Amino acid sequence: MAKMVSLTIDGRPVSVSEGTLIVNAAKTIGIDVPVFCYHPKMEPVGMCRQCLVEVGRPAIDRATGQPVIENGQPKINFGPKLETACTTPVSEGMVVLSQSDKARASQKEILEFLLTSHPLDCPVCDKGGECPLQNLTMEHASPQSRFLFDEKHHAEKRVPLGDKIWLDRERCIQCARCIRFQEQVAGEPVLAFYQRGRSTDIITSSEPPFDSIFSGNTTDICPVGALTTADFRFGARPWEMKAAASICSLCPVGCNVTFNTRREAKSRARTGTTTAGGKVVIKRAMPRQNEQVNEIWICDRGRFEWHYVEREDRLEKPLVKKNGKLEKVSWKVAIEEIGNKVKGNKEEVVVLASGRLSNEDLFNLKQLADGLGGEALLYDSLPGGELTTKYGVSAGTNIGDMGAGTTILVAASDLYHEAPIWHLRVKQAAERGATLIIVNSEATRLDKYAKHLVRCEKGEAAKKVRELGAAVKDAKNLVIFFGADGSSALAEACAELVKSRAGKPNNGLVGVWPRANDQGALELGFKPAQDLQAVFEKASVVYIVGADPIGDGAIKTQNVKRKPFIIVQELFLTETAKLADVLLPAQAFTERDGSYTSGERRVQRFYPAVPALGETKADYAITALIAAELGIEVEGRSAGLVMDKLAAAVPAFADITYGKLAETTEQWPIIGRADLYYGGTSYQNSQGLGVPLGRENKKAEEGSL
Amino acid sequence: MPVLEPIIELGRGLFTTLRSMFEKPVTVQYPEERKPVKPRFRGRHVLKRYENGLEKCIGCALCAAACPADAIFVESSENSDEKRFSPGERYASTYEINMLRCIYCGFCEDACPTEAIVLGDQYELSFTDRKQAIYPKDMLLEAVAASQLLTPQKTEPGKFTRSVPEMKDPQD
Repeated sequence: MAKMVSLTIDGRPVSVSEGTLIVNAAKTIGIDVPVFCYHPKMEPVGMCRQCLVEVGRPAIDRATGQPVIENGQPKINFGPKLETACTTPVSEGMVVLSQSDKARASQKEILEFLLTSHPLDCPVCDKGGECPLQNLTMEHASPQSRFLFDEKHHAEKRVPLGDKIWLDRERCIQCARCIRFQEQVAGEPVLAFYQRGRSTDIITSSEPPFDSIFSGNTTDICPVGALTTADFRFGARPWEMKAAASICSLCPVGCNVTFNTRREAKSRARTGTTTAGGKVVIKRAMPRQNEQVNEIWICDRGRFEWHYVEREDRLEKPLVKKNGKLEKVSWKVAIEEIGNKVKGNKEEVVVLASGRLSNEDLFNLKQLADGLGGEALLYDSLPGGELTTKYGVSAGTNIGDMGAGTTILVAASDLYHEAPIWHLRVKQAAERGATLIIVNSEATRLDKYAKHLVRCEKGEAAKKVRELGAAVKDAKNLVIFFGADGSSALAEACAELVKSRAGKPNNGLVGVWPRANDQGALELGFKPAQDLQAVFEKASVVYIVGADPIGDGAIKTQNVKRKPFIIVQELFLTETAKLADVLLPAQAFTERDGSYTSGERRVQRFYPAVPALGETKADYAITALIAAELGIEVEGRSAGLVMDKLAAAVPAFADITYGKLAETTEQWPIIGRADLYYGGTSYQNSQGLGVPLGRENKKAEEGSL
Repeated sequence: MPVLEPIIELGRGLFTTLRSMFEKPVTVQYPEERKPVKPRFRGRHVLKRYENGLEKCIGCALCAAACPADAIFVESSENSDEKRFSPGERYASTYEINMLRCIYCGFCEDACPTEAIVLGDQYELSFTDRKQAIYPKDMLLEAVAASQLLTPQKTEPGKFTRSVPEMKDPQD
């Protein structure tokens, strides 16, 4: 435990650990010191001067080394000049005045300076309404400027900094938050200052420009509207949008996001679709704070690639194949059709589910498969992935806590492209002192942070991991990220290394899955599909949910002698869907509630953001309808009720309820409140931090490979 | 004299009637005849244009934010020099006012940074269904004198970069 230091800020006593900066100490007791360049996730630089405060320290008697006491109180010496609260660490007995006349005058003057080169085009600025500069101007600035109006700084207004981010040179206040984010947090120093003085510009030094998958985060932390996203450009004003908590569904990290929605009339041309016609649509995705998962960042995929849920070609009505053509029917007819066909063929039912489904959907599918005596298969998983249910990371694991003493092994996975936020957090752990070992056949962007870099041929990662065995045995903590390398040998080799560490926080396996909820599917007892062609040819009924094995080439239908009865549950008319005998339209994750299990085995809940499209139903509800038709009891009334059944049936999920998933605790840094200038426009998490899966220690100890 | 008093009163009354017969009538024969409205009258909204025909409205939606009746709906898009609707980068691609909701308070006028929306002098609004009460942008926009002043216009690059006109003193 760090030494505690007591000080007084604006007359209020506070005790914080040694080395804390004044600005953070003030934040802990709810005093907002205005800042622009300071950000709690980055090293302070003290370059905007907005946070100047008066700092007094107790006078020390040179002879005795003791504080000087005057009238029974320690004498406080104030310096002749103000100090920056964002670079000055606290010291014992310090007195900080952030609201004194001197401090207030300086805050006012700095703003007056900044506004001489800021265009005040708030009405057309995407940041207007959630802008730190706007907020601080309203709070601290003088209503009048003493500078010459005609000398106001003008610069280029529409500069593409990359294909996703636009720069407005005029609005930039040169706080360097974006530059420092790229350098310190993302580890991709592709932005820089160019020229000096009033001509200072932000430029990108990479080719292609602004080559970073984390580029969107710079728009969140930009304290003005200098950096905005091309995707959201002029999309809506911040106050017009509603916020819905969700979980990113694109990779196994499970980043917490907030979808901002708004009712739209027509301007959806930018998303490639035509008109919204009064529908509520998603306007943008923003990060939602979860210090255990994604901190306050998300990658550009999560930020920009949700548009598929709003594509025009979404299925809206159930379809049944009649005379070789899919025809629109009612739900009743479609379900009856399934009932008639399946009742006669119960023995050879195969449920093939994708890892994009929620825990509730997968549980219901498993119930249905079990009820029919069929098989529940997971499409497109990692070879040997089921080992993570035994040796996956345990409750209490947080990559953000890892540092010296922890060994992180990344085997056969390019985290940068497969799970970008894990890349970012593993990179930061390595910088804090964790030993990073990379075993890969190809170069990855994480390589430069690795202590040991092991190159191997494709398919030989398992061998190399085994060879590493002795080297990592003594590590205090060991976390292994593994990807696909041909066979399950890699997973087995990795599991061997962490086997003895079962149940310890910050230890275990993490599968870098292709989909968001592959971990959940395996925890629920799905088997990874192997030799799908044989399965397909043998089965009499195939129920494919969310997967496109025919489009992907995993199943070839040309020379199949006996085609099974195919039920497909999908968002779009995929190649597989075209061959379906019954095609059921499912809801996208943005239209319903549910939960995902992340690769770190954290169950996290997502909420509906927009109303459901057409006649679509949630996957778990569709499965329940089919089950009811076949006389099997499956819960389908609400996702919360399915979770209750799930928790009762699956030991790893024991005690998890929707109430628990929605619980939050105070997180540091404090972000997303009225003072957007402190942490940026990421959302505060008030809808749930998720619950890590309880480990079945006993099972793991008994388990053998 | 108490007996004569009612007669005098009656005579007075009749005289007033007689006198008014020779006065100019105050009744306005609406709708054939109309009185001009007062300068600060708040009638149906008009979206103004600059002299070159460009729309003053920049699609900032501050009117919608200020509207206490939630009558205004704005969606904005981006201008280009090939297809320019307004100066600067942003214009209102959708601008709708629900005249049944509007309470003609004039807050939208106050909120507008470019003086684009003005409550005009028209007060004769009637609809036969609710949908007609929603006035889209083409109904609200001021008419133009010549067709080349219509928006969108093709403009010289680099000329119209400012959305909000430069104001030395914001109180001007």
